[in-house]
Amino acid sequence: MKIVIDEDKCCGAGQCVLSAAEVFDQRDEDGIVVLLDAVPPEEQRAPVEEAAARCPALAIEVLP
Amino acid sequence: MTGTQPTTRSQPMGRTCPFSPPEGYRTLREEAPIAPVTFPDGAKGWVVSRYADVRAVLADPRFGANRRRVRPGDPTPADAPLPPPPPGMFIMMDGPEHTRFRRLLTGQFTVRRMQKLAPAVEKIVAEQLDAMAAAQGPVDLLQAFALPIPSLVICELLGVPYADREEFQENSSMQLRLDASHEQVQQAHMAMNQYIHQLAVAKRAHPTDDILSGLVQSERLTDEELAGVGSLLLLAGHETTANMIALGTMCLLGNPEQLAALRADPALMDSAVEELLRYLTIIQYGLRRVALEDVEMDGHRIEAGSTVLASLASGNRDATQFSGDPDVLDVRRPSSPHLAFGHGVHQCIGQQLARVEMKAALSALLDRFPSLRLAVPADQVPMRDDMLIYGVHELPVTW
Repeated sequence: MKIVIDEDKCCGAGQCVLSAAEVFDQRDEDGIVVLLDAVPPEEQRAPVEEAAARCPALAIEVLP
Repeated sequence: MTGTQPTTRSQPMGRTCPFSPPEGYRTLREEAPIAPVTFPDGAKGWVVSRYADVRAVLADPRFGANRRRVRPGDPTPADAPLPPPPPGMFIMMDGPEHTRFRRLLTGQFTVRRMQKLAPAVEKIVAEQLDAMAAAQGPVDLLQAFALPIPSLVICELLGVPYADREEFQENSSMQLRLDASHEQVQQAHMAMNQYIHQLAVAKRAHPTDDILSGLVQSERLTDEELAGVGSLLLLAGHETTANMIALGTMCLLGNPEQLAALRADPALMDSAVEELLRYLTIIQYGLRRVALEDVEMDGHRIEAGSTVLASLASGNRDATQFSGDPDVLDVRRPSSPHLAFGHGVHQCIGQQLARVEMKAALSALLDRFPSLRLAVPADQVPMRDDMLIYGVHELPVTW
């Protein structure tokens, strides 16, 4: 599993952090998504997919 | 083939249950999820009522944030060109213009920052509960508890004196009234802007540690933009959460088995807050968008310029998205993304703050008053059917 984020799309809603705090964070200055782990272990798949599904700006892509 | 043109319906109005959207939405979801409608003021447009379609419309840049108010008394014809958004009103902006404002603010409302704020919110909650206990019942829970908490918090964050609440609460309320004339809404909007503008001028001379001072010092906004942003945050920051706390309490009191489950296991509070947000969806008529070009949706052609109403409340009752019976309040419902904060790039910037406030308020209230109950029959509680943000006008309770 590999995660790709699009910072330009991110609207800083924070849904990804609520879903998978070990993988996503937000920058203090502007709230934009920060990827803590671009290739997270498989046990993170469910929360990561939830984060992608919840993202209101569709800024998270999960590649197999 | 003739006769395939779908019939135009009326926008569903009127609730049969105080906690549920108008019944007509059930029919729409089943029969015409993307329906041509006539709005209450006679204007024509579309309503989308299913979860997936609501999300699709709100995430689609071909739909712009609508800048027309469809309400009685609005003299603007429905087919008039879109007016420019008022300065700073980024909720009505699209594209790069919206992003510019949003990015100035998102850092102030991150998950981490809002969670750090929790102890301060809990302190405010405890003080309000002390005052309520000292007053003895019955009290109006809205004025004594539900309204002061988010008002105090947003005032603190923005740097607005809480002592001025009467003025800004009145102006907020007028802007949300469905029966207010165009002029009344404009006047309230201007008064609110003027108020923030004066504050900003004062903060330029004597900056403090708050969002308004930060915006003033960043020098990235004109005075008019700053006033628009500030009044939007102030309005959105107290009206919505106040109504969620009051209506949420009434809803729990009306569902005693759910209330008992929550009292027995306080760890359920996180999911209870999400469930109340979903079940009650206080943005009662949904979010309006305008098609910026012709859009094909599920065989329907939505012409450029058409208004589309995305019903958040209806989408949040869609059985294809929520397990079990979505018309039943279930504080143990498995997590599923709801639409209470909207969707797309305009999704509520203050949602993490709202969560922190609701959790602190409801937990402490239930804990402090184990025998909390309505002081009047439920059908005598005045509901906010006449406001853009649903809730109660007052909530008499005792204990």
